[in-house]
Amino acid sequence: MQDWREDKTFFGATIALPVIWFMIFFVVPMAIVWAYSVGENVGPVDIAITGTFANYAKAFSPEVLKVMGDSVVLAFITTIICLVVAFPVALAMTFADEKQKMWLLLLVMLPFWTNLLIRTYALIAVMRTSGVINSGLEGVHGLLALTGLPMGTFEPLPLLYNKFAVVVGLVYVHLPFMVLPLYAALDRLDKSLIEASLDLGAGHLETIRRIIVPLAAPGIAAGLVITFIPALGAYLTPDLLGGPDDLMIASLIERQFKRANDWPFGAALSFILMYITLIFFAIRAFMERKGGKVGAH
Amino acid sequence: MSDRDTIIRVEEVTKRYGKVTAVDRVTLEIPRGEFFALLGPSGCGKTTLLRMLAGFEMPSEGKIFIDGVDVSTIPPNKRPVNMVFQSYAVFPHMTVFENVAYGLKFDNVAKADQYGRVMAALADVKLDHLAERKPDQMSGGQRQRVALARALVKKPKVLLLDEPLSALDAKLREAMRFELAELQDKIGITFVMVTHDQDEALAMACRCAVMDRGKLMQTATPSNLYEFPANKFVADFIGSVNLFEGTLEVDEPDHAIVQSEELGGRIFFDHGVSGAGGEKMWVGIRPEKIELLKREEGSTPPTPEDAPSGCNVTAGTIRQISYLGSESIYEIDLINGRRMQVSRPNLSRWDQEDFTWDDEVWLRWHGDSPVLLQS
Repeated sequence: MQDWREDKTFFGATIALPVIWFMIFFVVPMAIVWAYSVGENVGPVDIAITGTFANYAKAFSPEVLKVMGDSVVLAFITTIICLVVAFPVALAMTFADEKQKMWLLLLVMLPFWTNLLIRTYALIAVMRTSGVINSGLEGVHGLLALTGLPMGTFEPLPLLYNKFAVVVGLVYVHLPFMVLPLYAALDRLDKSLIEASLDLGAGHLETIRRIIVPLAAPGIAAGLVITFIPALGAYLTPDLLGGPDDLMIASLIERQFKRANDWPFGAALSFILMYITLIFFAIRAFMERKGGKVGAH
Repeated sequence: MSDRDTIIRVEEVTKRYGKVTAVDRVTLEIPRGEFFALLGPSGCGKTTLLRMLAGFEMPSEGKIFIDGVDVSTIPPNKRPVNMVFQSYAVFPHMTVFENVAYGLKFDNVAKADQYGRVMAALADVKLDHLAERKPDQMSGGQRQRVALARALVKKPKVLLLDEPLSALDAKLREAMRFELAELQDKIGITFVMVTHDQDEALAMACRCAVMDRGKLMQTATPSNLYEFPANKFVADFIGSVNLFEGTLEVDEPDHAIVQSEELGGRIFFDHGVSGAGGEKMWVGIRPEKIELLKREEGSTPPTPEDAPSGCNVTAGTIRQISYLGSESIYEIDLINGRRMQVSRPNLSRWDQEDFTWDDEVWLRWHGDSPVLLQS
């Protein structure tokens, strides 16, 4: 085939628009925010770019470190739960016949196409004190009390406005991010490898452990990274489902830009979040290069 | 419940997928130590039958016995059989050694014995010098040997091979045929091979089962399949054959005659066909069993002295010649327009020039050459 990059005019013409778009709406704003991160407030709206690192230093105060640590832990727990839940789902999708496959894929994608705010409020409706779960439990409690059991008064479960609620919300939102790369990796797997393992005497769990997981490792790594990163930076879900102590880093950033009106500090926090993200990407790239020798054909 | 010499017994096995019947009431017995081939066109159910022997599919009806044990509902990892997959299915993340050792983990083989058994299996397939290689550094032929060693190291009662030679190039395929047959002879394990390639089946197997559309057509030795096919399908599938429709006119103990409109005459058999009733019959004649003779203008049909009445002679014209080196295939139009195929070995370096396009020829074949087929 002709290499289109050889045709400088054509290549230039097709790539010019995306490049301009990317420059104006990504590179330039990021540069501005980065400049703010080394600036100082000199009035209610004026920021002087002074080249100070004070904003970054401020990020290492105990309160901010606690929020960051909490964010990493919550995002990590979310990612692991997503992996545990998504793996059997992806495996089931791989072995379903073509028609079922389409429906299962649709079921996984459906929440994706629903507005995040609506999904989050729906979750609140389910989990709040007088929500679906607690009303259901209250009903069961009432019925048991009718039979004469000494049940005491009904205490609704504290499902909302805590870290539990945040993790539930994050898992709910990020599950598709895990299912799709896992499914892509498992579906590519030569099914006769699985049959060969069974044929050689391995049970299903042994086959998953020794054959499927090692061969799906690149997909698992991709799933971990693309679940962890948006979970770490999640804003709406922890903001709506978490309590006052369950701040995640994105909410902290938002506060600096709004309530605290400390744009330089907010900008510095934003870049710290980005650095953390880049570190995880680097780890993944490193692991891939190490594993690449194994998986290459 | 089965005699000691039968390793596999398939009893009235049917496999249905929805409305499709992939395998239709197949009954089969395979003796211990045999090299057995399941042969048929694609979609005939041979692979489904093999997968039922391995345990990847369960029969809808019927039973499968391996060494006298009913395994019909036993999962693949609990069956005393191992398989060599068409794609080889060598684990890409393991070395050759690890691949072969994989199956031993589940057999409670002591770690100390594993090494020896793996290396012995690798030596059997001449790969012991490549034990530490990764599969991606190996050729297709070498990967197949890994798959073979990996299955044989488990000392299965039956080794199943799914189209073992189809992915190899022509030269290697030929060499592998002999090697597989030799290996089977050496280790004495029963081999069951699936193939769509009749040459492969005839060359390697002790016996073949020919299948068509889920049904078993005939089970016989290669030469019996070729010389005594049970029906039209087998006659046509194994090798080439000229088929003529006709009706049985004379059926005596020492000879028989079939009247065939298609051939434009009678076909003489020098043996009885034992009361094979029915109106419509087919006669099959293999191309290499027909002799070609030059036909001069106004000459009479040549009849050999040794069997003056036991011979069939008809006239035709050569239309096409395929020169294949060791032999040539002649397409000949009979007087009534029907085409017939005759093959002739090129015994000397010059005799392929004896017959050429548009030559008038006699076709002659002996009375014991044609086979009578009832279906």
